[in-house]
Amino acid sequence: MGNFDKKLLKFWEIFYEYNGYTKVLMGLRNTLYIAILGLVLGIIIGTLIAIVKVVPKYKILPRILDVLCDFYVGLFRGTPVVVQLLVAYYVVLPLLGINMSSLSVCVLVFGLNSGAYVSEIMRGGIMSVDHGQMEAGRALGLSYRVAMLKIVVPQAVKNILPTLGNEFIALIKETSVVSFVGVSDLYVAFNYIGNNSYEFMVPYFVMAVIYIVLVMMIATFIKVMERRLRKSDRRN
Amino acid sequence: MIDVINLKKSYGNLDVLKGITISIKEGEKVAIIGPSGSGKSTFLRCLNCMEDPTSGSIIFEGVDIADMRVDINIHRRHMGMVFQQFNLFNNKTVIENIMLAPVYIGIHDLNSKKFKNFFIRLRNIFSKEKKPLYEINTTREKIKADARENALRLLRRIGLEDKANVYPSTLSGGQKQRIAIVRALAMNPKVILFDEPTSALDPEMVGEVLDLIKQLAAEGMTLVIVTHEMGFAREIATRVLFMDEGRILEENTPDEIFSNPQNIRTKEFLSKVL
Repeated sequence: MGNFDKKLLKFWEIFYEYNGYTKVLMGLRNTLYIAILGLVLGIIIGTLIAIVKVVPKYKILPRILDVLCDFYVGLFRGTPVVVQLLVAYYVVLPLLGINMSSLSVCVLVFGLNSGAYVSEIMRGGIMSVDHGQMEAGRALGLSYRVAMLKIVVPQAVKNILPTLGNEFIALIKETSVVSFVGVSDLYVAFNYIGNNSYEFMVPYFVMAVIYIVLVMMIATFIKVMERRLRKSDRRN
Repeated sequence: MIDVINLKKSYGNLDVLKGITISIKEGEKVAIIGPSGSGKSTFLRCLNCMEDPTSGSIIFEGVDIADMRVDINIHRRHMGMVFQQFNLFNNKTVIENIMLAPVYIGIHDLNSKKFKNFFIRLRNIFSKEKKPLYEINTTREKIKADARENALRLLRRIGLEDKANVYPSTLSGGQKQRIAIVRALAMNPKVILFDEPTSALDPEMVGEVLDLIKQLAAEGMTLVIVTHEMGFAREIATRVLFMDEGRILEENTPDEIFSNPQNIRTKEFLSKVL
């Protein structure tokens, strides 16, 4: 460890004087961009699928949708996200002839991927809400859709918030594979610094610290949000 | 007001209701009694199609609501329902619980009128005969303000005005059930269905809920009540139905049925509970 200060200096040189930090900020931005938009997309898709899964299946349309959703969830839970990313970028998009920035592809793939997981989380959440809540809404003359969206889903979201937080954290960490399709994330940024200073110890260490700080910040944010949503449970 | 004709309900092979025919007139207070498993709750829940009847019809104000093609939501607005487990919306404050349905339905109707008017205007530009527009004499804000005022009036009536902005988890069972009743009242229903309204309450809270139901009865509201409170049934009902094994075995005025039951099953049941 004798030359640690030398390594630190080298890192600092590339990081600060040779504009390494702009790459790091860029990577951080991309990571958060993909994770946040991916989660939003995932929650929307997941909620829709969960609702399809819980609606009564008297008619033919819900049954068809149910089969489609099963297929979708099976597909996206059955393959690693890296494979999905590569297939989307190098197989599906060229075949369909769609031109898309690699960043958008990442958002889309991560959204679809987390949608499959969120759908099961959300389904559990919806089932955890007492059936009487839905009945009371229906008895007042609200439609199934309105009772679901105004009464059941808000309570379901409150119940699953800790699990959704988990999903977000997992998503943040999974984004470290986006360099496979040429998006520059934190890994790319610190790899660049390492390559230019011929020294990888400090850059990768800093990278790890950034991830940890990021995740801890998110965990705190989730805690605050949970406390606010829990206010209807508090007895005073 | 409600005519039930040969109503049957079965779950798979289990026949819960085996053909019920009864007519409930406006202003009547009908109490349904019977042993557990006799199908009385199922019957009540069929009245507003919370359970879809297997066969038979339920004519509510001239419309057969058992018909799957009827938009049941419109008719349910005129039939309040009170549950054994209160079922207040846990994510809403007390006043939001009461306001939710009136505000949503008011705004929904307003929007659909606006939507239709838009197309009528468009059509009127191109055609000679002018179609009249739907009359709109309210706004979003007015609907909300009216609903709030009405909710506060109802809360004042049951003496829980100070609880308007708390969540249901902080209330006692009796308070919850009274709020559930005024939540049903906020829709100005023509009939209220009670599914064992006091069965989940501590004994000392039963009184306050029954008092409120008695008030409603005195005001002339049509009530259908499934209950185990025989004294209460005797006091407010204008007609008592005794149900067992999916059939109405006896119906009569409360005095007759409690003091002089005709059916052997009714006698047996009443001798156990009275």
